[in-house]
Order: sequence, then C-alpha cells, then structure tokens
Amino acid sequence: MGSSAPSREVPLVLKGSDGRRRVVSGADDLARQMGVYIGMPVAKAEALFTDLVILDGDRTADADALEKLAVWGLRHYSPLVAADPPDGLVLDIQGAAHLFGGEAGLIEDARRRLADFNISCVAALADTWGAAHALARFGRQPMQIVERDKTGDALRRLPVEALRLPPDMLPDLRLLGLDTIGELAGKPRPLLTKTFGPKLFRRIDQAFGRLNEPIEPVEAPELIRIERIFAEPIGAPETIEKYTRRLTDRMCLRLEEAGLGSRRLDLHFTRTDNRIETIFVSTAKPVRDARRLAKLLVDKIETVDPGWGVEKMVMTAAFTEPLVMKQTLASFETPARPDVEDLWDVLANRHGSDCLYRAISVATDIPERAVRRVSPTSEEVGSERNAIYRRPQRLYRKPEEIMALAVMPDHPPKAFTWRGQRYAVACADGPERVHGEWWIADREKGKVRDYFILEVDGGERFWAFRTGDGQHADTGGLKWYLHGKFE
Amino acid sequence: MGALHEIAGGANGAIDCTAPAAFAAGIAARTGGKVLWCHIQPDLFEPALARSGLRENQVVFCRVADESELLDSFLEALSHGGPTAVVAELSSLKPVDSQRLQFAAEKTSTMAIALRRWRRNVDARDFGNQTSAFTRWRVTELNSEPLPVRGVGRAKWQLELMHARSGRPADFEVEACNGQGLISIPSQLADGSTEAGDGFIRAVS
Repeated sequence: MGSSAPSREVPLVLKGSDGRRRVVSGADDLARQMGVYIGMPVAKAEALFTDLVILDGDRTADADALEKLAVWGLRHYSPLVAADPPDGLVLDIQGAAHLFGGEAGLIEDARRRLADFNISCVAALADTWGAAHALARFGRQPMQIVERDKTGDALRRLPVEALRLPPDMLPDLRLLGLDTIGELAGKPRPLLTKTFGPKLFRRIDQAFGRLNEPIEPVEAPELIRIERIFAEPIGAPETIEKYTRRLTDRMCLRLEEAGLGSRRLDLHFTRTDNRIETIFVSTAKPVRDARRLAKLLVDKIETVDPGWGVEKMVMTAAFTEPLVMKQTLASFETPARPDVEDLWDVLANRHGSDCLYRAISVATDIPERAVRRVSPTSEEVGSERNAIYRRPQRLYRKPEEIMALAVMPDHPPKAFTWRGQRYAVACADGPERVHGEWWIADREKGKVRDYFILEVDGGERFWAFRTGDGQHADTGGLKWYLHGKFE
Repeated sequence: MGALHEIAGGANGAIDCTAPAAFAAGIAARTGGKVLWCHIQPDLFEPALARSGLRENQVVFCRVADESELLDSFLEALSHGGPTAVVAELSSLKPVDSQRLQFAAEKTSTMAIALRRWRRNVDARDFGNQTSAFTRWRVTELNSEPLPVRGVGRAKWQLELMHARSGRPADFEVEACNGQGLISIPSQLADGSTEAGDGFIRAVS
C-alpha cells in the first residue's frame, strides 16, 4: 500500500464475506488484543470497538502474494515449496538444511529474512505437512522443531481445529466432546467415518504420516524449466543418468540464451505413484558447463528411489546469476591445471557444504577463538598474528589437566604427569601471558593464562598453560593444563 | 611429484601426528599451487601450518565424518588434478586403495601425502605393511639444539626413509620446516644450508 498504509498504532481489520454476511477476515496483533477474532461479524466489531480501521480484504491478491513468497522460498531454501493457503508456506527441507547449518539454522535464516520484509512468522518443523501445519498454528511457540518420529506425541495435545478439516465439521466434533487430536485419533473409526465422511481420518492419517501427502512445488514462470515426459516409466539408474545428461544439455543451452549461470539446479522425478523425488546441486559460483553440472547431478542419482518407475522429469534452474566469461591466458610452457572450484563443488555436494573451509586467522590471543572458517572461494585475508607467533599444530579442543610442580610466579614446571605418564622437562620457553577478553565474555574479566612451551626429554614439545598469574588469587586457580602439541 | 607418499610419526607421534603434519605442510606448500587438506579429527590448529610454509591463502581444508568419506575425497581430489598437493590424515590404508591413489596421483601429477594416524599405539604396527606408496617416512621428534639463552630452539626431527621405490632406506637428522617450508640439516652433520635441504626434498619427491 506504500505511503497510504494506515499507521501501526491503529488496530487494522480486513473484511470479507462468508456468503451471507460481512465478517472479519483478518486482524492485526493490536486488534486481536482488543478482542477481535477472525470470523466475527463486521457489524459487531464496529459496534464494540470504535477506532477500528476497516479495509476490504482482497483474497486473490493475498493468494498471489503468497504464491510469490513461495517462489522466494523455492529460490532460497528448498526445491519443494508450495503455498499453504490462506496464510502459510510449506517447505520440504529434506537434504537442504545442511546448507544453513542444520534445521534450526534454516528456520532462523528464514525468520530473519522475512522480518526484513516486515513479515512476522511462526515456524514449525515436523515429519509431515499436516503436523507442521498444526504445530505452526496451534503450537504456541514462535519456532518449534519436532524430532524425527516424535510427531505423534506433539500432535496429541493440539485442538481438532489444527487438522485442516472443513469448518462446518468442527462444532459437531466439539459437541461429541472431542477436543484434542489425541482423543479423536483414539476413537473407533467406522462410526465416525459414517458420520463425518472419509475426509476426517484421511487428515489424521496425513498428519501422523500414515498417508503420503506430496507437496506439489510452486510453479514459477520466470525460472527456466525443462521437462521430459516418458511414455513408458523409466527406472534403471543408467537410464535416469542418460536423461539427466540430456536435460542438463538442454538446460545449458537455455541458460546460454539468457546469459545466465546456475547456482542451484533442481531435478524432480515424478513417480508413477504420484510421489515426487527431488535432487538438487548447488555451486559456489554460477556455472553453465553441462559436463560439470551433469557430473554433480549424476553423483546424487543413487539417492533417488524410482519406485515403480519415473514418468516425468522436471529440471528447474532455481537460482541463477549472470555469468560473465573471463579470458584466461594459457601459459606456453606449463599446461594449465583444472579449475579447483569445480572440485570444491563436487566435494561440497557430496559431503555437505560445511565440510570444506578456509581457515582465517583472527586477531586474538585466545587460541580457541583464533580460527574463523570461511568458504573456500572467499578471498578474505586474516591477521598474521597466529601465523607469526609460535603456536602448536595440534590444539586440544578441551585443555587437559596435568599434574605439575613449578616455582611461582613465572617459572616453567620441571616435570609433569599427563595421562598417567611422567615427563621431565628439558627446556622451556615462556611465560606468554594471555588475558581474558572481557569485551566478549563477562566471566573472563581479569582472568589470566600463562602459556609455556615445554620440551621434554625425548624431544616432544608441548604447549601448556597455568591459570592465574601466580600472584593474585582472583586471576585464576593456578591449575596446569596441556593445550597443544608442537612439531 | 605425481606419487603417493606415506608419512607417520614415531612413538607418541603415531597418535597425535604433529611432526608429520608439519613436515607434510612444508612439502605441500612448496608444490606452489592450491593444497587440499582432508582430516577427520578436530584438533588441527590451522594457522600454525603457516610456520611450516603453508599459508592460509594456499590451503583449503576438508573435514569429513569418517574414514570412507575421507578416502573418497582424497581420491576425488587426486583424480581431479586441480590442487597441486593433497594431504589426508588416514588411519588405515589398504593395498588396493593405495594403488588407486597412486594411479590417480600419477595421472594428474598431483602430490599425494597420506599422513598415517592411529587411535592407539598398538595399531601403528600397521605401518610398514606393503602398500603402493612411492616412499614411506617416519618422523620422530628429537630434542632441539640448546640455545645460549633460556628457551626452546628450532624443532629437530629424526627422519627415517623406511622405504623408497628403487631406492635405499636412509636416516636423516634435520631441523623442522621453516616459514618457506624448507628443512635444513644441522651444521655438525653436514655443511648445512637451506639449499641442502631443498635439494634433498626434491630428490625424494
């Protein structure tokens, strides 16, 4: 609405009709707090609350906007996204979550980006569409992740409204004293089916995951999309591979016409039993090389279960970027080596994108915080600090306590015992004093570690530290720890 | 260059694999191109490799969950040929796998370094079994040269060449890789200079 939008301080209500009368079809937080609810007659709302701003609700525009949001989800998060009208999106994030550091990471990311659009959202993750739908709307938590196979337990407490049933069925269920899904699911089926029809238990089975409910991904006309329908369903991996390569070739031609390169390529397989299997590959930079893309996709074909056969394959370039060709100079004497980025893509798609990293050194003296992991293609440069100072090649994730005796305050130990073995120190270097970073963690304030390099008889070199400076008791407990090992 | 080399640590080094890592970092750095470093255990302190010559802009790390994924990435990187050296911290290396790695390394003339690292000292007996590696090294830490002042001098290693294809086993006492990735032979053993170390590494690789 832009500048003509009503201000946030006024309660806003949208009106629609349910066939006979004008009812409230939407209300903002403020209006809800005052007591307006969805489905309330507009006349009643107007009579009770005087300062309401009432606007016409536009259902088709709402549906269009939701569809647009679904396309946004498709480009950013997962190849299987659909609108869940009137007010939701459903995403299948199987195999996509690791790109955001896990399921919680993906939801956090989505919430943050939606907040940037001024959209507040409630998210729930569960094994089935029905369960996630119910938990998002009736779970009373802004973000909820139900563990695998725990869906049933989470659902039982929720009211029957959460089941996506036709609205006229709900009062009748209440009349029977069935308030929660748990109560309803425990009842004998034949009688209730006779009264309410098959839809009731179909919804229950879908929510509990006994019945499959495929997500038909949203169609985005602006994305490049290529499909192939098979007269005879195909199933053999070699055949699938062959057609994957052909589709990739055609995709690359289309991308070339558009001057684009693909960052994420989705491939949907529609099976004869109407389930959709999906694989996708993402690359760090835009790619239009058919051989390279085909190799990445073919790597993943083994995860596709063709069932009784695949009757349709659809390839979509879900995320594209303009591809600029660069001219490289071939050196005359040494043959060029293949591009390493290609390899990073292969490894990232196989083992998860967080397995590959460059280690950037951070300007801090605390070794636990000294490394930041960035993507292999980034050009960032770290501080030189940890590369110049003598730091151990192996750093124990958790410093190991050792028994040591030393003259206070700043002499290295003469000997120490670690993992039941006694080591005599031949020579040592130190102390190197490291102060706690109070600007990061409050409890590190005033704390001190004195680091020593200890070379023991036999040649092994260790990195040990003592907590506390040996003079002031509040700087640390004077315990000795082993923290790393040198070459 | 295009061959598989095995490096392991002596004594406790078989478990923590620290000196071999520094040795491998020095050699890998001097291949000049990108280096891929595959590992499983989380205790590698990456910035410290720069002291052996392997700078942060030259190396990409790949941390995977288990040994089979590690072997898979190792082989994939070698047969791709983009990096000039690939280092992998492996515990077991079957003859068949070593043969595959060796072929892949030869084909793309990539240097392959298998750092052997075991969970227990007992398992380290596995080292020395027949593999297709071109050379097999064992690196053991020695006490450093005493300094005229208090402190710890440049690290010193005993470098055992246990096996070299069409070559003889040999022992060297060397000083650890410096910032250029060069080892050096202490002066009382030879008329040492960094160039001596240079030629020596080139001779084996």
